[in-house]
Amino acid sequence: MPLLSLVIFLPAVGAVGILVLPRKRQDLIRGAALAISIFTFLLSIKLLVDFQPGVGGMQFVEEAAWIPSLGISYKLGIDGISLFLVLLTTFLTAIAILASTGVVHRLKEYMVAMLLLETGMIGVFLALDLVLFYVFWEATLLPMYFIIGIWGGPRRVYATIKFVLYTMAGSLLMLVAIIGVAVLHARAGASATFDLTVLMNAEIPPAMQTWLFLAFGLAFAIKVPMFPFHTWLPDAHVEAPTAGSVLLAGVLLKMGTYGFLRFALPLFPQATLTFLPWISGLALIGIVYGAWVAMVQPDLKSLVAYSSVSHLGFVMLGIFALNGEGIAGSLLQMVNHGLSTGALFLLVGMIYERRHTRMIADYGGLFRGIPLFGGTFLLVVLSSIGLPGLNGFVGEFLILLGTFRVHPLYAVIAVTGIVWAAWYMLGMVRQVLFGPITHPENADVADLSWNERIVLIPVLVLIVWIGVYPTPFLSRMEASVERVIVRVERQQIIHSSRFTVDGKKRVVSREAIAVNRESVTVNEEEER
Amino acid sequence: MGMPQLDWGGVAPFVILTLTALGILVFDLLLGPRHKVQLTYLGLTGVLLTLALLVSGFGDRERMVGNMLILDDFSRFFHLVFLLIAALTLLVSVKDMEEESIHQGEYYALILFATLGMMVMASATDLIMLFLGLEALSIPLYILSGFFRKRLSSNESALKYLLLGAFASAFLLYGIAFLYGSVGSTRLPKIAAHLSRGTAWENPLVFLGVGLLLVGLAFKVAAVPFHMWLPDVYEGAPTSVTAFMIAGTKAAAFAGLLRAFGTALTPLRTEWVAPLWVLAFLTMGVGNVAALTQQSIKRMLAYSSIAHAGYLLVAFLAGTSRGFSSILFYLVVYAFMNLGAFTVIIALARQGEERPTLSAYAGLGFRHPVLAFSMAVFMFSLAGLPPTGGFMGKFYIFTAAVEADYVGLAVVAVLCSLISVFFYLRVVVVMYMQESPEGQPSPVFSPAIVITLVLATLATLQLGVLPAGVWDLAVRSVQSFWG
Repeated sequence: MPLLSLVIFLPAVGAVGILVLPRKRQDLIRGAALAISIFTFLLSIKLLVDFQPGVGGMQFVEEAAWIPSLGISYKLGIDGISLFLVLLTTFLTAIAILASTGVVHRLKEYMVAMLLLETGMIGVFLALDLVLFYVFWEATLLPMYFIIGIWGGPRRVYATIKFVLYTMAGSLLMLVAIIGVAVLHARAGASATFDLTVLMNAEIPPAMQTWLFLAFGLAFAIKVPMFPFHTWLPDAHVEAPTAGSVLLAGVLLKMGTYGFLRFALPLFPQATLTFLPWISGLALIGIVYGAWVAMVQPDLKSLVAYSSVSHLGFVMLGIFALNGEGIAGSLLQMVNHGLSTGALFLLVGMIYERRHTRMIADYGGLFRGIPLFGGTFLLVVLSSIGLPGLNGFVGEFLILLGTFRVHPLYAVIAVTGIVWAAWYMLGMVRQVLFGPITHPENADVADLSWNERIVLIPVLVLIVWIGVYPTPFLSRMEASVERVIVRVERQQIIHSSRFTVDGKKRVVSREAIAVNRESVTVNEEEER
Repeated sequence: MGMPQLDWGGVAPFVILTLTALGILVFDLLLGPRHKVQLTYLGLTGVLLTLALLVSGFGDRERMVGNMLILDDFSRFFHLVFLLIAALTLLVSVKDMEEESIHQGEYYALILFATLGMMVMASATDLIMLFLGLEALSIPLYILSGFFRKRLSSNESALKYLLLGAFASAFLLYGIAFLYGSVGSTRLPKIAAHLSRGTAWENPLVFLGVGLLLVGLAFKVAAVPFHMWLPDVYEGAPTSVTAFMIAGTKAAAFAGLLRAFGTALTPLRTEWVAPLWVLAFLTMGVGNVAALTQQSIKRMLAYSSIAHAGYLLVAFLAGTSRGFSSILFYLVVYAFMNLGAFTVIIALARQGEERPTLSAYAGLGFRHPVLAFSMAVFMFSLAGLPPTGGFMGKFYIFTAAVEADYVGLAVVAVLCSLISVFFYLRVVVVMYMQESPEGQPSPVFSPAIVITLVLATLATLQLGVLPAGVWDLAVRSVQSFWG
């Protein structure tokens, strides 16, 4: 059974089904969309169950010819890197659809857009052909464009066009680079292909790697978003409807970090090393700058948006530590950020529906009136700032550990980011939840409804679970993370003799790599 | 040289189309003013018959009219594109004609004559034939663009087109004359053979000829800076005629460019690559930037057609068989997405309105979901977003450019596409993100318009999702081009 294709296209097929439902039957449309998204989630759970933890290579691989004359294929596969991102996507989409009770205007089109977005996002994480990946990458753009542009706030048109233009500015150059990779590969005498698993072993000259890495990196850096390409994010977040913000922060940003890990690193190992200081530097700037700007935001949503810039800086730092702890921590942190920030946007959306304001100054003393909301909000904020025992701690700790092993100074700077995060997040909590009630309207707000509790409980469960017992997650990532590291370092040895001199920074013995190389070849055989 | 012998198998498509056009002129006299619609059916029958004849002949290679015309897969591919465009144009013309109450038979006959000219151009293996085809294509279009004779804009359009078209023809003919003078033949293979001897530098007039030829064709392709006529002509002409010109003349001009520069003048490639590079660069840049500020949707699409000529020139510059195949593929996509977009414009046009603006589209997404959806598909395709044919077309072009080491031009092309995203998406913004004002007229859905719309939408999507069939046909056709 082509499980991966099913997971990808079930939402799209469902979206077409919803199109024929009568517009007036809103309950039916809601129910159908929810059922489709939950069923997709269950299918992805089946992926998790059948997934073999020890295998580093691709599993559930599907391949079919698409445009044979150019070597473009429909190739899908999943490994420890994409597994949890797919699960995060299916999980958050279901949550987002469940949380969309506020949408009544043009509900049918809304649900269609959400489901098409889900198809695009899952496709991005599963595609193993570069052209297929690009198609899915762009396919996520249009539904989000409509979600922000139709159901967004007052400046929605400006925000959505900015979002599209920024994203496309990066991705179009990536398209040229994708072609470039394949052309270079074909020139070396091989048959034309866009298959990532084949291209990964191509020997691209270092000078070309630099350019190609820049093109790929720009597309991904805009998506992450890394400082200084982040300016579209606050606009998009502030204007997007709640569910849009949840998926934007929860999943779409991860496409950028995933892109680095899946494509930029293995395809251009040399350039990765060249740009490593620059990217780490930008990540650090992002961590500190995002936190500082978040500190002065009067608007809850833009505060959370800038906190994303800061958190994603951590993820980038961890990836470019290029060791097991850093990358695994980043992967986990991607999931964590999806859960915590997703939950924050949900909670902000819920309070916005009650009071129709997002200004921090308009709140105060909420905890007394609505303790359930207050407690949940506090828990999510604590998870976001990395309190031990909750999910954020595990990810950030691993990232810092990984970074410290290679660049102690970077780790020290990054730690200040955690301090800033505690500062602005707890400051915001203090102003919103505690203190005297300065606005009388805040005294009689209703607490969380049952529907809202159902939305939040699954997220909270995961937040605590990952915080207390992350092993089941980490163990499934390990083998694939190891594989990426081996790939980068093997290429390093092949290409550069300097590596042996530079042994201090990246201590990997030749023997260890030789062993790993064997295990990689074994895995490749398993794939077939 | 005696009488050129006629090979009926080869000329049959041309003959059928001519007879259909003549038949329309005759029947026009017999039919009452209420029954002119039937001429459309007659025209369609002729077009489809020709189409079937061409499809059945794929793989053959026939020369005719004293070796001045050739019917190979390359020309067949172009003929199919022209006939598809003609058929769709005939379908959507009825509404336009009825609203202006100038329902006349000549209209349909002229469309077919212009199509015939395009076919001759794509089949020409002789510069004279190329020129004849170009004239047979242009003269009906001069008349057609002025067909709404009571409208000032239509008159302006016709006059400008005639004057600038005459200029272009003169350039072309002058170029041909110089080439003939220095090479001694107008036959494309003979010119190629002569030039490949490497003695071209002995007679600098060759270069004058090539330059004039390039300018003439650049006029027809509407490459910047030879594009000035296009926005006014395309905006003023009846919308159905604009649709025909935008898709048809572009394809025909590129057929001519490929015939002349792709074979005969390739030995001089190093000489004309640099000016063409500049042309491609300017065409993409100016076309897209100028389209940014347009309020009239017809004018916006007119500038967009200039921009697309730029992308096609990039593929042409690549000069490889993949580059030429991508031109063929792109022209198919281009025809469908433009004709589709113009069908929407026609469906929404108000009677007597000369310059349709974007405001008529406000809120269309929820007033007429199907119409707006297909328009959105065409806009996304024009912008080159997957999963539409426009994306695949650009992908092929960029691949060809990168393979031929025109990476710089490919980067310029993607940056220009980025600019274009803005103005294509503006149409979508207006349709989906603005409320519709009161009292909007409802669009007219004649069966012909519905058929065209559905066909164009499905084709645009199909070319994006499963492009392999048309692509392989394009590759095969280009193989026959080099024989």
